[in-house]
Amino acid sequence: MSELTTAVPFDMPVAVDFHARQVRKFKWQDTIFHQLTLFFAFIVLVALAGMLIALAVQAMPVLRQSGPAFLWTDVWNVPDDKFGALAAIYGTVVTSVIALLIAVPVSFGIALFLTETCPACLRRPLGTAIELLAGVPSIIYGIWGLFVFAPLFAKHVQPCLQAIFGKVPVIGGWFAGPPIGVGILTAGIVLSLMVIPFVASVMRDVFETVPAQLKESAYGVGCTTWEVVTGVVLPYTRVGVIGGIMLGLGRALGETMAVTFVIGNANRIVGSLFAPGTSIAATLANEFGEADPGLHISALFALGLVLFIITFLVLAMSRWLIQRGIARQGR
Amino acid sequence: MNLYSRRILTNRIGVALSMTAMAFGLLALLWILWTLFYNGFAALSLDFFTRDTPAPGTEGGGLRNAIVGSLMIVGVSALVSTPIGILAGIYLAEFGATSKFAAVTRFVTDVMLSAPSIVVGLFVYALAVATLGGFSGWAGSLALSLIAIPVVVRTTENMLLLVPNSLREAAFAVGAPRWQVSLKVTLRAVSSGVVTGILLAIARVTGETAPLLFTALNNQFYSTDMSEPMGNLPVVIFQFAMSPYDNWVKLAWGGALLIALMVLAINIIARAIFRKKSSV
Repeated sequence: MSELTTAVPFDMPVAVDFHARQVRKFKWQDTIFHQLTLFFAFIVLVALAGMLIALAVQAMPVLRQSGPAFLWTDVWNVPDDKFGALAAIYGTVVTSVIALLIAVPVSFGIALFLTETCPACLRRPLGTAIELLAGVPSIIYGIWGLFVFAPLFAKHVQPCLQAIFGKVPVIGGWFAGPPIGVGILTAGIVLSLMVIPFVASVMRDVFETVPAQLKESAYGVGCTTWEVVTGVVLPYTRVGVIGGIMLGLGRALGETMAVTFVIGNANRIVGSLFAPGTSIAATLANEFGEADPGLHISALFALGLVLFIITFLVLAMSRWLIQRGIARQGR
Repeated sequence: MNLYSRRILTNRIGVALSMTAMAFGLLALLWILWTLFYNGFAALSLDFFTRDTPAPGTEGGGLRNAIVGSLMIVGVSALVSTPIGILAGIYLAEFGATSKFAAVTRFVTDVMLSAPSIVVGLFVYALAVATLGGFSGWAGSLALSLIAIPVVVRTTENMLLLVPNSLREAAFAVGAPRWQVSLKVTLRAVSSGVVTGILLAIARVTGETAPLLFTALNNQFYSTDMSEPMGNLPVVIFQFAMSPYDNWVKLAWGGALLIALMVLAINIIARAIFRKKSSV
């Protein structure tokens, strides 16, 4: 753009000289500024690449020993240096699925309420409250889950669930075992409470992108609120909603603190959801500090690598979907 | 039942369920906040702020070392991530509108925005702790910076893209060089938005526990030396809450309350700044 300035006519030689020097100086400064900003943008890129490489390098010893079988071996034996990731992957996936099963319908309800049925005067404060809650540190959810939720859950809810479902085939097995409060189900529920504000605020944002004409035409031909939401808003925002859910899933998969407190930290797979288990993040948080250099540390890095790749795929997909959802708006 | 009343019934049930969901969400969250305030305020006292974390089995104690450590670690990471984040954001908005490199960077920042924080901790452990010998406050700051930078980059870029191009053209037309246009015109026009982004980034890292576990570690004693392991609130809460000692658990609640209040306060300030400026 600085070429433009050379076109300004100056008739005094001194001024021209000064002007030319000024332009050269600006050009030179601009190049530096451009390179500087480029450099910092590059740093961000390098950080991600570096993360993948560092994790992969550190994970190498254990991957070389057990190969891809690391992913589906259910052993975690520190004294014998035998490591497999299956129990941790199982815990991570199951807690996240439970969290989403609870969080998605509730978030959908909240978003529906905030965009359609909420009185206008409450819309803003309630929306802000949800957004603020998305910012509450996860360790708060963890400490609440451990001291408040888990004991109540063990005393009142778990016996109920056992009484209702205990005799049912297949499902009964999920609720077997002593009701001790901490376990995979508890972790899933605490996780869902943490994820609800995220998913709800994304859903509300995409619901608000629906053009008013579309909704009003539907209301105009006599549709009920429920019909407008399921027949107009949801189809219109489908892609964005799925993106929001995937974002929540990404959060849930990688969450450390809300899970570590209440999952029970037992590195094994038990069919019952009441049983203590572990997740990748919880295993890392618990064992990394005391791990001996060697295969144990390497196995933990391999777990981190697995987690990183899973969340990377989920997040990349969610970004892509949300972007497509926004792009569709224009049409 | 005819079609009409069935539709009304479906609608009533649907809307009632959505209100139940809202009530469920709010109640659960109020419950969490209430227990936090109830247990947290019981732990606050003068000792809480003036004494250091107690040794196992000793009475009393406070969180002075952890509070100071947290402030220093978060402060350094804010100082590091602000310039990097802003400059990278300027690149994306002002220079990288169409380039492939910018598109990739944008995508990577988006992914890093919600990458699991514990993996960032692992990375910094491999990068700084294992190679440079030992846990330190610096490593903790580095880990938190890696989490804060994407937040700053993305808000800076999004804010700069809101600046109307006519403003840039006006500045170019009077002969301003690119860097002056970026720093003194467009960035200034959206300064409140950028400050909001920085505050939100600080709020986000203040409560982060996982990346500090293997980087700053913890320190039972008061220390302002960033090259040593450093006490910090999140890790102290984690360790104390899992402990069998009553006074440790009490301190953990107090620490949790302190962190939650800090994060909420920063969030509210950020919103207030943004709303005041952007409504003009």
